[in-house]
Amino acid sequence: MAAVRRTRTLLLGLLGLVVLAAAWEIYKAVGPESGVLLGGRAVLPRTGDRAMPHLSEMVTRLGDPAVGRRGDPLWLAVLRACLFSLRIAATGWVVGVLVGLGLALLMQRLRLAEAAVLPWVVLSQTVPLIAIAPLVRRWGAQITIGSFTWSSENSVAVIAAYLAFFPVAVGVLRGLKSPDQTHLDLMHTYGVGWWRTLFRLRLPASVPYLLPALRLAAASAVIGTVVAEVSIGLRGGIGRMIIEYAQSAGGDPAKPWAPIAGAVAIGLAAAGFVVLLGLLLRPYRRAEVPA
Amino acid sequence: MSSPAVHVAGLERVFPARRGPGVTALAGVDLDVAPGEFVSLIGPSGCGKSTLLRLIADLDTPTAGTLEVFGKTARQARRDQDYGIAFQQAGLLPWLTVTGNIELPLTLHKIGRRERQTKVAELLELIGLTDFAGSYPDQLSGGMQQRVAIARALAESPRLLLMDEPFGALDEMTRERMQNELVRICAETRAAVVFVTHSIPEAVFLSDRVVVMSPRPGRIVDVVDVALRPGERDEALREDATFFAGVARVREALHGTSVPSARGVEHR
Ligand SMILES: Nc1ncnc2c1ncn2[C@@H]1O[C@H](COP(=O)(O)OP(=O)(O)OP(=O)(O)O)[C@@H](O)[C@H]1O
Ligand SMILES: [Mg+2]
Repeated sequence: MAAVRRTRTLLLGLLGLVVLAAAWEIYKAVGPESGVLLGGRAVLPRTGDRAMPHLSEMVTRLGDPAVGRRGDPLWLAVLRACLFSLRIAATGWVVGVLVGLGLALLMQRLRLAEAAVLPWVVLSQTVPLIAIAPLVRRWGAQITIGSFTWSSENSVAVIAAYLAFFPVAVGVLRGLKSPDQTHLDLMHTYGVGWWRTLFRLRLPASVPYLLPALRLAAASAVIGTVVAEVSIGLRGGIGRMIIEYAQSAGGDPAKPWAPIAGAVAIGLAAAGFVVLLGLLLRPYRRAEVPA
Repeated sequence: MSSPAVHVAGLERVFPARRGPGVTALAGVDLDVAPGEFVSLIGPSGCGKSTLLRLIADLDTPTAGTLEVFGKTARQARRDQDYGIAFQQAGLLPWLTVTGNIELPLTLHKIGRRERQTKVAELLELIGLTDFAGSYPDQLSGGMQQRVAIARALAESPRLLLMDEPFGALDEMTRERMQNELVRICAETRAAVVFVTHSIPEAVFLSDRVVVMSPRPGRIVDVVDVALRPGERDEALREDATFFAGVARVREALHGTSVPSARGVEHR
């Protein structure tokens, strides 16, 4: 049953991709050359090969060298940039998840901490990324501990973590508070202290809240990484590549789409990883209402 | 002479209110439960039945009075796992199997694997769910879940069982079946039971004594001795004259003599 459902989800996902591709090509074939304008504003792009290259062109472009006549093919360059960014996003995700977990535990343990910390946690997410990126870089530049010197990569990871910790802190706090009074009373009658109640009851009960939070955190970490790479000016990642290649769109219209697809692939990889985690934690998801 | 399972004298519990004198949930409650005795608490909603049970279980502390469980303080009795407890909600952990749920108290108290297995097998046999050892709570009916909860309460072979409306959420037929099973389980385990219920027939069918309580402030108005001989509690008893006499006496105690009804008590 579960296997059938999973296959169907996968097939539907693929179908969605096919529909998207078809829509692209059909619009390109039948849409007006100058795009669709509404009250003087373009609502749909021009259909020329410059704005909307054929999908087949984008795919074949992947096989050609990234720059010049020789050198590494485009797909390899994009793949390298993806891995570079993915590594930073993963670091940021791990740090963010740990910080989020820690904050959630602290807030559950001390009512005072919840009152003092939660408003700041929420407020922290309203500060625009563009504003914190230079700050993080400037502060980070002053850090040297022994042989460790702060790099731009660290700054990007910190920003990814900054976005990732929020859903985890809020989601896990809700999860830790989710056990019924009956369950808590029961643990009390067993004479079990806070720590063992945490491991035996609160943490397992919070898994259905944890997984969506981890998924959100993964998406946030990826977006944070890509955006922070641009605003901090870190080379080597997919964020910078998207900007760089966009500038060559004039002569090589298929090229900018490759790193965009790469960014999407990073997001999918991150989401896929969380799905795998969810499979590992399956016994604890029985209380979950099937989505 | 061994100490009573529960000894309560002059017990009082006042819940402080932000303004005013607070809610007197219990006042001047005296009660003794002998080892192996089955005592039901009955009374209208809000008369302090759950409060009394929670005090005995050391889930709450009295504002005045004496409370002893097997001659110890309630706290010590809880530490020594002298009682098992079951609530209206089965309260099983959804991520553990039936086996995992039953052995939860044993696991928490670091009882060895071998011993746990024997105990669980024995309890599964007792509640008749041996075939469901590996099932998860969401795969069980309400009655089955409640049976697992009772088995869990019995896991550490307590000499006292505290039950707060354990069959309250079950339909009438399941309820009667569960009552029959509880009678059998009590006969086998010889544990004393303090049993909270809203149902007069249930109280009479199960108990040696029925404690009738009244609200505001919660106190004991009467104790009805049902006085059935052991072994008498079977299906036939439900049709028996002694049973109906018991029901009538509890009803009288609840309503004074002929007040037609009190809120929150079922007349089934
Ligand atoms: N934690 C609490 N804080 C304040 N008041 C409480 C608390 N618990 C119970 N009370 C009050 O104490 C009284 C007795 O409550 P209790 O739950 O013991 O009643 P009960 O007999 O179990 O009722 P029911 O049959 O509905 O379960 C009620 O008036 C209730 O409002
Ligand atoms: Mg109650």
